[in-house]
Amino acid sequence: MTTSVTPDADVIGKRSEHLYFALRNPKVVIGLTIVIGLLLLGVIGPFFLSGSPNEYVGPKSEAPSGEFWMGTTYFGQDVFAQFVHGLRSSYVVGGLGALIAFTVGLSVGFTAGYRGGLVDEFLNMLTNVVLVLPALAVLIVISSYLEVRGIVSQAIIIGLFSWPWVARAVRAQTFTLRNRDYVDLAKLTGKRAPQIIVREIMPNMASYLLMSVILLFGGAILFAAMLDFIGLGPTNAVSLGTMMQQAMAWSSLHLGLWWWFVPPGMAITAIVGALYITNVGLDEVFNPKLREM
Amino acid sequence: MGRYFRRKLLIYGVTFFIAVTINFAVPRLMPGDPVARMLARNAVSNPESSEALRSYFDNLFGFDVPLWKQYLNYWGALFQGDLGVSIFAFPSTVSSVVLDALPYTLALLLPSILLSWIVGNGLGAMAARNKLLDNTVLPVGYILTAVPYMWLAILLVWAGGVILGWFPVAGGYSFALTPAPTWTFFVDLLHHWFLPFLSLFVVALGGWAIGMRNLVIYELESDYSNYLQALGAPRRLVRRYAFRNAMLPQISGLALQLGVVVGGALVTEAVFAYPGLGSLMLNAIQNQDFFLLQGILLFIVIGVLIFNFLADVVYVLVDPRTRLGLEGGQS
Repeated sequence: MTTSVTPDADVIGKRSEHLYFALRNPKVVIGLTIVIGLLLLGVIGPFFLSGSPNEYVGPKSEAPSGEFWMGTTYFGQDVFAQFVHGLRSSYVVGGLGALIAFTVGLSVGFTAGYRGGLVDEFLNMLTNVVLVLPALAVLIVISSYLEVRGIVSQAIIIGLFSWPWVARAVRAQTFTLRNRDYVDLAKLTGKRAPQIIVREIMPNMASYLLMSVILLFGGAILFAAMLDFIGLGPTNAVSLGTMMQQAMAWSSLHLGLWWWFVPPGMAITAIVGALYITNVGLDEVFNPKLREM
Repeated sequence: MGRYFRRKLLIYGVTFFIAVTINFAVPRLMPGDPVARMLARNAVSNPESSEALRSYFDNLFGFDVPLWKQYLNYWGALFQGDLGVSIFAFPSTVSSVVLDALPYTLALLLPSILLSWIVGNGLGAMAARNKLLDNTVLPVGYILTAVPYMWLAILLVWAGGVILGWFPVAGGYSFALTPAPTWTFFVDLLHHWFLPFLSLFVVALGGWAIGMRNLVIYELESDYSNYLQALGAPRRLVRRYAFRNAMLPQISGLALQLGVVVGGALVTEAVFAYPGLGSLMLNAIQNQDFFLLQGILLFIVIGVLIFNFLADVVYVLVDPRTRLGLEGGQS
């Protein structure tokens, strides 16, 4: 009884240590504040705004004012309402896309690294092939054939084409870990492969995995914005990318409606940039060598 | 070295095969009927002509034979350079339309990729272990890598084209001119080329600088650097060795990054209405011109594969270990 308690306590101690350093790291704090702040705006905002973001509510092409915080579009739609809804869909695409890519990358990487041999040859080949394929061009072709495009379907196809570098890194790390003594010990006790991978190998790269999820999240948001901008965005929703597409299509540049195209791009830059900065901070948290004491 | 190239070539061969197969499979497997959509788009309401058009399109796609035969026919046509006829630019063939647009995209991509790689690596190497530079290069680099390609392009058009009026807002050359090998046309071409180039150059810069900075720091911490320093070698010399070693991952990184940059070029061209593959793709999407869209994808895949191979060759030339079949240069 007592023997099983000690390692648990140890793990908790280590976790709170990471949390302690994370909360003291300015990069993590600033990055997370921006990401969570915009997330809250996207989640809560739409409840306070009545109606759909595409409704024609105000005067046309009006500059930002007290009533319309980000002005109105060429047609008199509220830019702020679109912005808030767009944030929400960006986060959904980012989160779901990252989750799918992460799951695929993790499974492929662990299977290839742990099994080795022919399975590895095949999976490694697959990884390299998807890595070389120009993802955006393939995504454009696939989504142009979808007649009805939603946020979820977009996230799925993005996820299915952005996993290879995760798989590659996980495979390489599994290779170095799978011959450690404690893994052999676990094999001797009769544990099965999935259990060994989850219990013995995965915890050793937990920090790396967390950081790769963050990078995938940012990447998926950028991909989605580019697809939306090309005109292959969700057919039934507003996103930050479609806002920019609409702004360009109705020549907001020449009409000087800067409040239409600046906020969406700024928000994407802020979210993705904040994610990257969080990542650098987390690197310092997990790697004591990089900490500034 | 032979093994290294054989492996790489195998990967590229399989990639090409899969790209062609995706091209073949997507229109046939996707829900919905592309032919019906094309007919609906052309607003063919007369049932008789609709029927005729339908059989024409079926024939064009080769839908009237079994699937495996369609697949073989598809490859056969491909090897004869036959990618079908563009609907948007009827009656030109897809290959000719794509080949017309290709020089513009290459003229944008090659200089911007190479220059941003060189400048970014230089900046990153200088920033490593240099407090003052590091504090500016790093944050700016992260912001640049986070900027969506099209947003930076939009901002540049807005600032340089609309507000300042220094550069043209759209197009590859002025409508008043016709393409001819004259000095005026060349200057005009360059004038239109500058903003899209700048946009692509700036976005990629940050990533290279950050990558190089981290790699140089890593190399400066390694044993050989410490040894050199202990021997009293000048700082410049140590850093030069670190830089040369840090180049290797950046070369393979260049190959890996290529697909992303090409995607970025597509949306950047869309912003500037630059007459390259990106604008062509946009037109193909808006006109539901699937032949053209697939032709463009195929050209992009081939281009990316060729440049990947070139990067491999450079890698072998630069890294003697791959030449001798030692470690390094894993595929």
